[in-house]
Amino acid sequence: MIKRLAKCVREYKREAILTPTFVVGEVIMEVLIPLLMAELIDNGIEMGDMGYVVKMGIALLFSAILSLAFGVIAGMTCATASSGFAKNLRHDMYYNVQNFSFSNIDKFSTASIVTRLTTDVNNVQMAFMMIIRIAVRSPMMLIFSFTAVLTISPKLALVFLVVIPVLVAGLFIIIQKAHPIFKKVFKTYDNLNSVVEENLHGIRVVKSFIREDYETNKFKGISDIIYKSFVKAEKLLAFNSPLMQMCVYASMIFISWFGAKMIVNSGATELTTGELTSLFTYVTQILSSLMFLSMIFVMMTMSKASGERIVEILDEKSDIINGDSTLSEVADGSISFENVNFAYSKSADKLCLENINIDIKSGETVGIIGGTGSSKSTFVQLIPRLYDVTAGSVKVGGVDVRDYNLETLRNEVAMVLQKNVLFSGTIKENIRWGKEDATDEEIKHVCRLACADEFIEKFPDKYDTYIEQGGANVSGGQKQRLCIARALMKKPKILILDDSTSAVDTKTDALIRKAFREEIPDTTKIIIAQRISSVQDADKIIVLDDGKIAGVGNHDDLLSNNNIYREVYQSQMKGGEDNE
Amino acid sequence: MSNQPRRQGPPSGGPGGPKMVGKPVSVNKNTVKRLLSYFSNYKLHMILVFVFIITSAVASVMASLFLQTLIDGYVTPMLGANSSVGFSDLAMALVKMGCLYVCGALSGLFYSRIMASVSQGILKKIRDKMFAHMQTLPIKYFDSHNFGDTMSHYTNDTDSLRQMLAQSVPQAMSSIVTIVSVFFSMLRQSVWLTLIVIAFLFIIFKAMGFIGGKSSKYFVKQQKSVADVNSYIEEMVNGQKVVKVFCYEDKSKAEFDRRNNELFNNMRKANSYGNIVGPVMNNLGYILYVILAIVGGLLAIKSIPNLSLTAGINTLTLGTIASFLTLSRSFVQPISQVSQQINAIAMAMAGAERIFALIDEAPEADDGYVTLVNAKYDADGNITESEERTGQWAWKHPHSDGTLEYIPLKGNVVLDDVDFAYVEGKTVLHNVSLYAEPGQKVAFVGATGAGKTTITNLINRFYDIADGKIRYDGININKIKKADLRRSMGIVLQDVNLFTGTVMENIRYGKLDATDEECIAAAKLANADGFIRMLPQGYNTVLEGDGSGLSQGQRQLISIARAAVADPPVMILDEATSSIDTRTEAIVQSGMDALMKGRTVFVIAHRLSTVQNSDVIMVLEQGRIIERGSHEKLIAEKGKYYQLYTGAFELE
Repeated sequence: MIKRLAKCVREYKREAILTPTFVVGEVIMEVLIPLLMAELIDNGIEMGDMGYVVKMGIALLFSAILSLAFGVIAGMTCATASSGFAKNLRHDMYYNVQNFSFSNIDKFSTASIVTRLTTDVNNVQMAFMMIIRIAVRSPMMLIFSFTAVLTISPKLALVFLVVIPVLVAGLFIIIQKAHPIFKKVFKTYDNLNSVVEENLHGIRVVKSFIREDYETNKFKGISDIIYKSFVKAEKLLAFNSPLMQMCVYASMIFISWFGAKMIVNSGATELTTGELTSLFTYVTQILSSLMFLSMIFVMMTMSKASGERIVEILDEKSDIINGDSTLSEVADGSISFENVNFAYSKSADKLCLENINIDIKSGETVGIIGGTGSSKSTFVQLIPRLYDVTAGSVKVGGVDVRDYNLETLRNEVAMVLQKNVLFSGTIKENIRWGKEDATDEEIKHVCRLACADEFIEKFPDKYDTYIEQGGANVSGGQKQRLCIARALMKKPKILILDDSTSAVDTKTDALIRKAFREEIPDTTKIIIAQRISSVQDADKIIVLDDGKIAGVGNHDDLLSNNNIYREVYQSQMKGGEDNE
Repeated sequence: MSNQPRRQGPPSGGPGGPKMVGKPVSVNKNTVKRLLSYFSNYKLHMILVFVFIITSAVASVMASLFLQTLIDGYVTPMLGANSSVGFSDLAMALVKMGCLYVCGALSGLFYSRIMASVSQGILKKIRDKMFAHMQTLPIKYFDSHNFGDTMSHYTNDTDSLRQMLAQSVPQAMSSIVTIVSVFFSMLRQSVWLTLIVIAFLFIIFKAMGFIGGKSSKYFVKQQKSVADVNSYIEEMVNGQKVVKVFCYEDKSKAEFDRRNNELFNNMRKANSYGNIVGPVMNNLGYILYVILAIVGGLLAIKSIPNLSLTAGINTLTLGTIASFLTLSRSFVQPISQVSQQINAIAMAMAGAERIFALIDEAPEADDGYVTLVNAKYDADGNITESEERTGQWAWKHPHSDGTLEYIPLKGNVVLDDVDFAYVEGKTVLHNVSLYAEPGQKVAFVGATGAGKTTITNLINRFYDIADGKIRYDGININKIKKADLRRSMGIVLQDVNLFTGTVMENIRYGKLDATDEECIAAAKLANADGFIRMLPQGYNTVLEGDGSGLSQGQRQLISIARAAVADPPVMILDEATSSIDTRTEAIVQSGMDALMKGRTVFVIAHRLSTVQNSDVIMVLEQGRIIERGSHEKLIAEKGKYYQLYTGAFELE
C-alpha cells in the first residue's frame, strides 16, 4: 500500500527528500544550541568573562540564524511536498474514477468515492507530513541527544536504560487499548454522517410523517455512542502526558542525585555543573522524541485505513476495456443484438437479459415498453457499451461495440439517462456538454427541438440562467427537456431516451416526438416510455418482460397479438374510450 | 484526531486565545461568550480542572527552576570546602521535589481526564442541539441551504471545535498559568531584564503578526479552495454516469486539475507560513537569550544596581543571570506554542459561529392549538376522546371561552382565494380557491411549474400562504398544530427518499409501532410485496445510499407502502406513480382506492389515466385554476383538459 501511495509523490520527490535533510540540520542545531548555552553560562557568566559571553553569544546567534534557516526551509519544502502529494493523490484518483465503467461506479457508491477523495486524502496527507518531518526529526533527535549524553557521561546514560523501557511499555499499552476504540469512533462517525445526510435529503418525508423526534432520537443514540467511546479513548490517552512527565521527572531526580555526587566526589572533573544543565535539556529531548514517535505510530495506524481506501480506488481497473481500434467513425445508426445475455454480476444466477435478438435499421424510431424491473434500461445501456454483454454481441453500424473506440461510439450514441443530472452552470454551459463550441444559434435550435425554448425564454436571464447543482432550481419536466436538448446537441446517429419525458406533459411530449420525426429523420431513436402514447407511432415497438423480448411490432400488430401490450394499452385507455 | 502530537514536557505550555499574539484573526466576542455558556453545566469540573492545571503548571515551572537551586544551593556549596549542606540535605530536597513532581503529573492526568468528559459532553450537547433544532426548521431553510454546507456543520465545524476544546483550551489555560508565574519569577529576579523581555515581546508579536497575517490570508483561501474542490468532486461523481455518456471525461479532468492546482497553491502557501511559525519563535527565543546574557553580564560586571520586586535594590549576581536565562526560555515557549495553534483556534471559532448560526435559525412557526385525537362515538352520537386507535379521528378544538369542541375529521379541505410566493414578489399561485368534499379524489393537472405541488405544500403547511385562507374541516389550518395536521395526511412524493436500514424498517417509518404483518400487508397493497420477496434477504434486505440498488419504480412502491402503513385520513400523491408502469399502477391504484375509501385524496399526475377516475379535476395554468370538474364534465367543456386529453392519445 505504501509503495502504491509513494508513487504519487512524483515531481515533489525533491521536496520530500529535502525536507528531512533540512530537518536533520535543524535537529543538529537544536542539539548544539544547549551545548553553547551551557558553555556561555559555565565559562562566561559564571566566570564573569564578558569577552567570552560576547563570543559565545555571537556563536549562539549564528547558530540560531542557521537553525532558523533550516527550520524555515524545511517547513516550506514540507508544505510543498505534502500539498503536492495530496494534489497528486486527488489527481490520480479522480482520473481513474473518470475511467470507471458503470459497474465500477455501481460498486463504489458515489458517497464513498467522494469521502475517499476528500477525507481520506486529507488523513493520508497529514500522515505524510508527519513522516517527512517528525518521523525523521524524532529518531534523529533521539540519536543526537543520546550521543551527547553518552559523551557527557556514559554512566548517567544508564538512567535511560530504566526509563525508556518504562515509557515505551506504557505508551504501547495505552495505544493498544485506545486504538480499537478510535476505530470504532470513526466508524460511528460514518453512521452519524449518513443519518444527517439522509435526513437532509428526506426532510420532506421526515416532516410529513412527523418523524422529527424519531430522527432526533436516532441521531442522539449514535451521538451518544460517539460521546462514550470518545471519552473512554481520551481518558486513556490522558495517561500519555503524565506518563511522559513522570519519566522526565524521575530521570531528572536520578540525574540530580547521581550527577551531584559525581560532581562533588570528583571535584567537578568527571562532570561539570554546565554539563549537568545540558543533561537536563537532553532528558526532555530524548523522552519527548519517544513520545512523538508513539504519536506518529498512532497516526499511521489511523491513516492506514484511509490509505487502503485510496489504493482501492487507484487500483480499480475499469472492466470495460477500450478497443484500440482504428475505426474512427460509426457507419450508420443501425443496431443489432445477437443472442445477447446479460447479468450485472458474474455470480448472479439470474440473467437480466436473456437471449435477446433484434435488428434495428438506421433512422428507425423504436419504442420500448415493459413493466417495472423488466430490464428496459439495461437493454439500452448495452448500446453505448455502458456495460459489456455477458454473452452474444451488440452491433452498431454493423460493427461489434467492443471493436470501437469508446469515444467514437459514445459520440454517436447519445443517451438521456433515467436519473439524469444537470451541472451547476448556465443553461448554455450545460447544453454545450453535447458540443463544446456550439454557437448560440445551435443551442437555441436544439432547445426548440426539445421544447425547452418556451420556458427558457421566460427566465429573466434566458439561456444564461444559472442552473444550481443537480438542477435544483428547475422543475422535473424542465430538467428532462434540458437533458434532451443536451443530448441532441451531439447530433448523434443514435438517440436513446430512457423514460426521459415522464415528467413532461403529454402535449409537449408529442411535440418533442414530432420535432424528432421532422428534424432528425436519419437518427435512430430509441424511446423507453411508460405511456403508450409516447411509443404508439414508432416504427417498431419492443415489449420487454422479465428480461426477455415478449413481442416486437408496430402498435396495431401488438395490439392484436400481444397480451402484455394490450393490457398496458387498456390500463391507460380506461375511462377514455367511453367518451370518444 | 484528538491525539495529535503536542509539545510536551516541562515547561508545559500550549495555546491560549488568539488575542494573545495580537493576530489579525477576528473572533466574534458573542461566539466566545456563547461557547463559554456551554461550560456552565460543568462549573465544578472546571474549578477542579483549574486547580489541577495550576498545580501542574507550578510543578512544571518549579522543575525548570529546580536546576538552578540544585546547582546554586547544593552542588556549588558542596564543592567548596566547609560546606554547610551535605548529601542528606540534597536527598531531602530531591524527595520534596519528587513529591511535587508526582503531584504535578497526577494533576495533569486528572485534568486531562476531566476535560475529556467536559469537552466531549459539550460537543455532544452542541451536536444534539444542532440536529434537534434542524428538525424544527421550515422547508424553506432546506431549499435555500446547500446540503453539503449543512453537512459540514456536523463534520468539519464540529471536528475543529473538538480539537479546540480537547486540546487548545486546557493548553491555553496551562500556558497562561505558566506565563504568569514565570513572569513574576522574572520580576523577582530582575526588573531591568524583565523590561528587556517585554520589549522583545513586541518584536515577537510583530513577527507573528506578519507571518500570522500571511498565514491566515492563505488559510482562508485554502479553505475556499477545499470547498471548491470538494463540491466539484461531489457534483461530478454524482453525475459520473452522465459524464460517461457524454464522453466528458477529459473536460472534467481538465477542470478538476485547474481547481486541484489552485488548492495546491493555496495549501502550500498556507502550510508554509504555518510551518515556519515554530522555527521563527524558537530561534527568536535563542536571540532573546543571547541579548539577555550580554546585557545581564554587562550589568553585573559594571555593577549597575539591580531592581528586584522582592529584594528591592541589590546587585545582579551571576547565579541570578543564569536562572533568569532559564526563565526566559520558559517564558517564550508557551507563547510559541500558542502562536502555532492560532489557525486551529480561528478555524474552530469560525466553525462555532456557523454552528450557532444554524441553531439561531428561526424554527417553523407553529401557533396551532387544535389537536388530532382518536375519537369514539358514544350512544348519543357524541364524540368522545379515546386512548386507543379507533380508526376514527376528531379535531380537539379548545375555544378561547374555555369550552372544548370535538370536530370529526372528515377531510374537507377548502382553499379560499389563496396567493402564494416562494420568493417575495414572484407570486406562483393567484387567487386559488377550491373545495374538496370528504372522501373525494381531487386531482391536479397542469404543465410543469403550474403550481400543482405548491398547493399540496400549502395544505400540509410546508410553506405558509401569503394571502387567503385554507380551512380543514372548517378549521383554519393555522390553528391546527402542525404535527397533528401532518399526521392527518400521508404524502407520497415523486422523489423518493429511503433511509439506511432494512426494507421492513423503511416501511415501518410510516407507523413506528406497526407489526411485521401490518408492514407486509401495506407492501402487498402497494404491490411491492412481489419484488421485495425477490430481494436477496427479502424484507430484511438492507437498503443503503437511498436505496440505490432499486429502480425508481421499486422505490416508489416502497414509499407508497410506507404511506399506506401510516393509514392517514388524507392522502397526497404527488406524481407518486410516475415511474411505475401503467399495468402495475392500475393494480396499485385499486389497492389505494380501497385504502382511501371514504377519505380525501389529492392526486398530482401527468398521466391523465392516473387522474381520470377522480371526483374533481383541477386544471392549473401558471398558478391559476382554469378549469374544474369531473373528467366527463371537462371533456364535455372541450377546454384545456380536453386538449390535453386528446393530445395525450392522439386518436386518429
